[in-house]
Amino acid sequence: MILDSIALSRQQLDGDKMIVNMGPSHPTTHGTLRIVLELEGETITKSTPEMGYLHRGVEKLGESLSYQQFIPLTDRLNYCSSIMNNVGYTTAVEKLLGIEIPKRAQQIRVLMSELARLADHAVCVGVNAVDIGAFTAFLYIWKQRETVYDLFEMATGQRLHTSFTRIGGLFRDLPEGFVPALEQFLPECEAAINELEKLLTHNPIWYDRTKGIGAISAEDAVNWGYTGPCLRAAGVPQDLRKAQPYLGYETYEFDVPVGTTGDVYDRYLVRVEEMRQSLRIIRQVLDRLEPGPVCVDDPKITLPSKEKVYTRMESLIHHFKLVMHGMEMPVGEVYSATEAANGELGFYLVSDGGKNPYRIRVRPPCLPIFSSFHDQVKGFMIADAVAVLGAMNVIAGELDR
Amino acid sequence: MIIEHIDTQLPGTVTDRHAFRGDQTIVVAKDSFLPLVDLLYREGFQLLVDITAVDWPEREQRFDVVYHWLNLASQERLRVKVPVADGEAMLSLTGRFKTADWFEREVFDMFGVRFEGHPNLKRLLTWDDFPGHPLRKDFPLDGGDAFCMEGCTAPYNNGERG
Repeated sequence: MILDSIALSRQQLDGDKMIVNMGPSHPTTHGTLRIVLELEGETITKSTPEMGYLHRGVEKLGESLSYQQFIPLTDRLNYCSSIMNNVGYTTAVEKLLGIEIPKRAQQIRVLMSELARLADHAVCVGVNAVDIGAFTAFLYIWKQRETVYDLFEMATGQRLHTSFTRIGGLFRDLPEGFVPALEQFLPECEAAINELEKLLTHNPIWYDRTKGIGAISAEDAVNWGYTGPCLRAAGVPQDLRKAQPYLGYETYEFDVPVGTTGDVYDRYLVRVEEMRQSLRIIRQVLDRLEPGPVCVDDPKITLPSKEKVYTRMESLIHHFKLVMHGMEMPVGEVYSATEAANGELGFYLVSDGGKNPYRIRVRPPCLPIFSSFHDQVKGFMIADAVAVLGAMNVIAGELDR
Repeated sequence: MIIEHIDTQLPGTVTDRHAFRGDQTIVVAKDSFLPLVDLLYREGFQLLVDITAVDWPEREQRFDVVYHWLNLASQERLRVKVPVADGEAMLSLTGRFKTADWFEREVFDMFGVRFEGHPNLKRLLTWDDFPGHPLRKDFPLDGGDAFCMEGCTAPYNNGERG
């Protein structure tokens, strides 16, 4: 495909055009994706994105794994906020099963999701800043991201590939010491966000580099299939946590920030405000967190504890049945969407009643956004393409699956 | 709600329907698909969330091309399934929804369903001369001979594993 486009434009070359190959391994592509830019002087006349370098065939693999076994693969979709993928996937399977998980499990899922959103936005804003040249801001916010990953490690045993949720609840309850560590983190993070804003929001260089770059109207954004912060920056107040609440999001107080022009600057502002709103939600979760079970009490869904497996015949049978034959799934199809850090993360599951899903489809939020890349950078400079790519928050693991 | 509206505006379009766990699904034939999309667009279903397909090898019309729409005003979702046979081309929505461009390319890449009217129907995730279509049920999980590029024209080594 790319060779064609290069060959074609060589014929049209009049000596002024130049082709620049960005990626697949380039510091500002943040993952392996490739963009071929055609330039006239320093202005982009055409850009051809090419993807698939990180394609693992996740959907194909899912058809040969049981529902429970697919969870570790969801970690590797958006690896900056893997807990949200875990939550999105297990929510879809729970919808297929028609079960509701215990209150504490819901609250902990909300808590961890918002921490993951915070980390994801921190990566996006920080990296966007460092691509444009604002190194200090990046370091301030990166420190907070490290703390979030330390918290993840404390709760799940892993920094990135968390696999924290299970169908019907969670892998385990929060460990001792987690809540105090989180309470210590909250004010520090708030201070860091304020510092980040002091460095960037009214910074004339940041303003010049981002204002008006990659602007998109609300109609265009909807037509391109935008969701998440990029859609909200364009002025559409669509947030699934408000619009189609799940996990009890309707009981939390938070605001949905909305931009006006959809440019890189607005996307930055929306993300920074969403980080603050996430902190707000986390505080509310901490206030209402009460002890209780974190998994549904159903031996046909949840694995029994090891202690019971070794001492009770019934639990041993349940364990055996669950591992060997899987859960009893109804025949049907569901689409379940959650608000992940960069938009609507959807899972479409088709079940034929077997142990494995018949078809498992991941709707990645950044694929439609990235598909508009050419429209976004046409007529701008290479340096602007870098800014736009950063603000789109394209995560190759999720884009290519 | 929208389904009743479709029934009154375009009677006979919906060939099958079901609601499972609150998801509304309708099945329509390929011929009545474009008028339906016009109606959906007018009624506010303007966010085309996803296009994908499901392979049912034992069926005569082997593939279901599955569309998910979202109405941003009423937050209503609708799933539309269009059955197509192997080798039959589906109608492209790229004229109305820009987001259909890559989604349709992905369905073509993964299932081999062509889209009539697509301006640039090329593989999206795999490379141009990739043999076969990975998400078809008869494509082997280990990829078969897909990585043996030279002279490989069959989907995968005639079913033999090397």
